[in-house]
Amino acid sequence: MELNHRISVTVNDEVHAIVVESRLSLLDFLREKLGLVGAHAGCEHGVCGTCTVIVDGKSVRSCLMLAVQANGTSIQTVEGLAIDGELSPLQEAFWNKQALQCGFCTPGMLLRATELLRANPDPSAAEIREALASNLCRCTGYAFIIEAVLEAAATTRERTA
Amino acid sequence: MDSLNNKAWIGKSLRRVEDPKFLLGRGRYIDDIELPRMLHAAVVRSPHAHARILGFDIETAKLMPGVKHVLTGIDALNICQPLPDLGPHPDQHVWRCLAADKARYVGEAVAVVVATTRALAEDACAKIIVHYECLPAITDPEVAIADRSNLVHEALQTNVAFAKTLTWGDIEQTFQRAELVIKDRLRWHRSGAQPLETVGAIADYDPTSGTLTLYQNSLTFSNYLFLLANTLHIPSNKLRVIPTPAGGSFGSKTWAVKVAAIAGALSKLCRRPVKFVEDRIDNLSNCDHHGSDRIYNTELAINRDGAILGLRMRVVDDYGAYLQYGVGTHANALAQIVGPYKIESVEYQIDAVLTNKCQQGACRGFGSEVHNWALERMVDKAADALQLNRIEIRRRNFIKADEFPYGIPFGNEYDSGDYHAVLNKALATLDHEGWLAKQQQARQAGRCVGIGYCTANERSVFAGTELGLLLDSPVRVSSMPESISVAVDAIGNITATLYSGAFTGNSAETMVAQLIAEELQLEPTSIAIQYAGSTAGMPGTGPAGSRFTVMIAGAIQGACAKIRDKACQIGAQLLKIPETDVEWRTGGVSVSSQPNTFKSLVEIAAAASMFKHDLSAQISSGLEGHQVYDHPHMTMPKGDDKDFGIFFPFVGHGCHIAVVEVDPKLGIVEFLDYVAVHDNGTIVNPRSMEGQILGGTAHGIGTALMEEYVYGTDGDLKTNSYHHYLMPTSMDIPAMKIAHLETPSPFTPHGIKGGGEAGRLMAPAAISSAIEDALVHHKVRVDTMPATPTRISAWIMNEESAEDVDL
Repeated sequence: MELNHRISVTVNDEVHAIVVESRLSLLDFLREKLGLVGAHAGCEHGVCGTCTVIVDGKSVRSCLMLAVQANGTSIQTVEGLAIDGELSPLQEAFWNKQALQCGFCTPGMLLRATELLRANPDPSAAEIREALASNLCRCTGYAFIIEAVLEAAATTRERTA
Repeated sequence: MDSLNNKAWIGKSLRRVEDPKFLLGRGRYIDDIELPRMLHAAVVRSPHAHARILGFDIETAKLMPGVKHVLTGIDALNICQPLPDLGPHPDQHVWRCLAADKARYVGEAVAVVVATTRALAEDACAKIIVHYECLPAITDPEVAIADRSNLVHEALQTNVAFAKTLTWGDIEQTFQRAELVIKDRLRWHRSGAQPLETVGAIADYDPTSGTLTLYQNSLTFSNYLFLLANTLHIPSNKLRVIPTPAGGSFGSKTWAVKVAAIAGALSKLCRRPVKFVEDRIDNLSNCDHHGSDRIYNTELAINRDGAILGLRMRVVDDYGAYLQYGVGTHANALAQIVGPYKIESVEYQIDAVLTNKCQQGACRGFGSEVHNWALERMVDKAADALQLNRIEIRRRNFIKADEFPYGIPFGNEYDSGDYHAVLNKALATLDHEGWLAKQQQARQAGRCVGIGYCTANERSVFAGTELGLLLDSPVRVSSMPESISVAVDAIGNITATLYSGAFTGNSAETMVAQLIAEELQLEPTSIAIQYAGSTAGMPGTGPAGSRFTVMIAGAIQGACAKIRDKACQIGAQLLKIPETDVEWRTGGVSVSSQPNTFKSLVEIAAAASMFKHDLSAQISSGLEGHQVYDHPHMTMPKGDDKDFGIFFPFVGHGCHIAVVEVDPKLGIVEFLDYVAVHDNGTIVNPRSMEGQILGGTAHGIGTALMEEYVYGTDGDLKTNSYHHYLMPTSMDIPAMKIAHLETPSPFTPHGIKGGGEAGRLMAPAAISSAIEDALVHHKVRVDTMPATPTRISAWIMNEESAEDVDL
């Protein structure tokens, strides 16, 4: 079996063609090969969600996906949320609402919430609660995160109205 | 001078200054840092709970690709001294970074591999063969007490590392006099802090100077680093610790010394930077910070009018294989031994037992969370026995608002409080009357709905005496300072320098910005904040025991007063008037009699930094204040096992009320409502405080309903992943109603008290009370935490099999 593979992925609109080992996880690829350290290794067995990134529009646990499986995909990480250093409405709302304390789960939360708001621009608190149940937060008790997603949804609707 | 009492910035819910970097994925956590030529370490963990280590086969591993070094526990004996252990007799339960003689729990590291990548290090770990002679696992602490043949540490000649009985008042007479004695056996199983980021360190040894630099997300005690220096055979002035943000701690990264020691030893050996970051299994099984694990045999002496006269607690505490903090977690319980109640006599017996489990450390509450739960469980039981309302029994025993400062048994003091007011606010916030009516309706419809109460205290800001408080011949450490430097540059910009690893997810930097802004009347966001590292010369302790905000506030007051004093001196000279005629005003100095005459801080800073020789000779260049702040209200222990002095005196109070519905067929608990009212003195940033309460309560909900380190009778850790160790998700935490009272402390800067642990100190008791109330017709007694569906079902079934249920 080939141990190394050349893959090509688009990450935050930038194309990378890199040779990787078969066993390299997408998480380690992003962190070690591309220096994008916003996705975090929390549990490395697919439970906590701190490694969440968006691959071809869907949130995935990057610790459970191999880099080779990402060949040909388009990936968005937390580093791709702000445009020219300006926080996205979701990031801004997280800051306004103190929706983070230690910040370790925050990139994954932001990406999972980004995916939710693309599918449902006007979610209820209950829908947000259910959508974010994929991602653990140990600091906040989730309440301010839910408030932040509600605020971001409202802001985005206003801007696009 | 202007009064600083009209608070400009204290009490404002500002956005946190820490947050932008985390929102952008630029947190610079320990695992985000890469150094040139850095190597990576991975450990080999013991699969056995209790096994003699006979030897290692490491030759295959050493030849694996990328491997630079393999260090076994036996080899490490020559390189590292034991790890710092604050227990009663560290030479008899020796704790090392790698086990050498025996593996004492599943997950204990026995060897470590250093390689060019983490993956290659893990590959080589898999090729190391460790020869063990398995021994019977010691897992039941009550059995271990009497067992002299099977020992965790042979040198100790017993599994009881510490035993003591403390008495206050005439306990025998109190119990004889009491009209009723309530007894129960209560069991609190171990759970943990579970920060989503594990413990990690990068060690970078410089052989030319002999300096070891450690980047790490742990070790906040910069004043105690000489202990780690000793472990690593490094002069204490050549161990330099640079803190990184911690992705959560909840106590567990306060002094997680082993990871740093492993990285440090290997960097010395390899003469290259070495990164060691625990993986999740390392953290779950080998983090040295499991939470309390206690069995209580408890008695409460009461009168028929509800008065609580006496408390007896016989506590068996399963500490696991080592005793790094001694029995500090019981000193913590002693800090609020009577809770919010007046109790005249107390007997407290401790058996600290060693078993084949990961050792305890610090976990949000540090022993007072379980004490609160046990005391509140007894108060509920007493109310039930007297057929007295569970609220009323609390009211009858509360310390009253005009009785503070209030000295409690064994020497500690409560500074201030108003417990009745907190309870009243909680009942109103919940709409208690409304819920009682709804509960009646639900019960008539056959639903198991319960309302549960917790009224409990939260001690904050420990004195240095706490950790060794109960030991027979403790080294009487008394210091536990916090320091800051505040420097104003030539154009008036301000930099604050911190001397401990202050950021663990708390809002340390926001507190510093708001408090300096308060003292100097500036915009908080204009203040830059940096971490000095440990060798800069000022002592720091960092966040622990809900101490940081109070202590840094004191340091900031002192440092800023020095800046204001010097600014007034310089301002007077610039204005060419006597110094006695000027005063500090918002952002500068003005003449007392002529408020329009003003020299701004910018002008004064420029003069101080660049035009010193225009000023009088005794004024030196620069404008800065350095301040070491020591505990403002503590007394030394008397050394008589009666009066341990004041050691944890800024005491907040909380009332949690949970409304739950229990499904008696499945044993599942659902929240219908939840109220938490806290009084933590003056609040600096209300939103941040609320965040701490919400997060702590969520942690407490996990502790109450699902979180548990489960060890089998063979000592195997059954919950060694997040598939098995369950934590609350957003679907498990209810929408909560939070409210505050602010009874200032008379002893602290601005009247602030700590509040970082608050929620976890209250939630388990409120939830236990509510479950019991919901299942009142099943006559269930909630005597064990966590109340998992399995346990709740078993309680119901036991009762049903024992007697007919009349619903």
